[in-house]
Amino acid sequence: MLTLEDLGVLRGVERREGRILVRLTPTYIGCPATLAIQLAVEAALAEAGLADARVETVLSPPWSTDQMSEAGRRKLEAFGIAPPNQDRSPRALFGQDTVACPKCGSTATVKISEFGSTACKALWRCEACAEPFDYFKCI
Amino acid sequence: MTAAPAVKDPKGKRASAPVKADALFHYVLALADDALILGHRLSEWSGRAPMLEEDIALSNLGLDLIGQARLFYAYAGEIEGRGRDEDALAYLRDEHAYANLLLVEQPNGDFAVTMVRHLLYAAFVHPYVQALQQSRDVRLAEIAAKAVKEMAYHVRHASEWVIRLGDGTEVSHGRAQTALEELWMYTGEMFTLPESERRLLERGIAPDRMAIKPAWDATLDRVLAEARMQRPADRWMQTGGRAGRHTEHLGHLLAEMQVLNRAHPGAKW
Repeated sequence: MLTLEDLGVLRGVERREGRILVRLTPTYIGCPATLAIQLAVEAALAEAGLADARVETVLSPPWSTDQMSEAGRRKLEAFGIAPPNQDRSPRALFGQDTVACPKCGSTATVKISEFGSTACKALWRCEACAEPFDYFKCI
Repeated sequence: MTAAPAVKDPKGKRASAPVKADALFHYVLALADDALILGHRLSEWSGRAPMLEEDIALSNLGLDLIGQARLFYAYAGEIEGRGRDEDALAYLRDEHAYANLLLVEQPNGDFAVTMVRHLLYAAFVHPYVQALQQSRDVRLAEIAAKAVKEMAYHVRHASEWVIRLGDGTEVSHGRAQTALEELWMYTGEMFTLPESERRLLERGIAPDRMAIKPAWDATLDRVLAEARMQRPADRWMQTGGRAGRHTEHLGHLLAEMQVLNRAHPGAKW
């Protein structure tokens, strides 16, 4: 299972004045899943008997795909989503990246659209196995 | 309670008199209004874009902007300290209280108008939020640091389309060039410093709008050259949005955007 910690959006869990405080950070500002994630965390905490726990959103430092763990990258790939490129140069942000197909591993891939099913993903296609796939964009 | 804005003191000197909350409120509100109105315009393409990929792209770009607007509105509400939250600021203000740029309220027109408008805006906002990351207002710097990476994608996407249209067929070239000429008179407002912003600039809270101009010029010149389009000559520029004097289009946009909340006050869904 891909966890919030794997994605790097979990910024910390601490006990403050006897209550549990969970700090989360959004991936993209407008990500519609931000609220769903927060509610799911609150529900999980309540189920664990921590009904007075609090979830706080933090913006700084801004989330980046570099904060995704190696395990998280592998889980994404196993699920069929190409993990973000680790090239941190501006070239990566401006699209000269090479993306390997998560299904067959070929690097003969082409970008279909910069914007995929969610804000954080782009839509690509593999020329070798002819399958379309999602690519987690670098930010 | 009026929230005192958290201000960084870079050289360890004692900060001088605090900036008036009123000026900061209006500044942050205008940033929010720009993002919300353009975000709403892009959302009007949902289900209507020329192809599925572009439909999704425009919705995603709109989401980025609406997300930025929410953070700015929430902060503006805290500065004002009168209990207005992001919904109250977005849904319960009339046209004259909106401070957005005239450029962003212009109708979507055809696809060329939408893309040229987006290029004109994104090519400005990307370097602007880059500069805003250095703001001495910690909260604004944090929001800017989130927005800057997203806006890089906006510039790229709009650039690619403007190049494809401008360097395309006779029809697409003509439409892109016409869009550019019709929108040009609204670009001056981005570089016009409202009086209320002057002190924020002096205090290192707001970036210098004129200092953004070279970066905007460079992006536009590069894209327009590749698109084989002519940059219009600088002429008289229409302003007024920052002071609540809008074109006739904003009222119609607000009517559609606000109707549900106004018909069912406080509704949650």
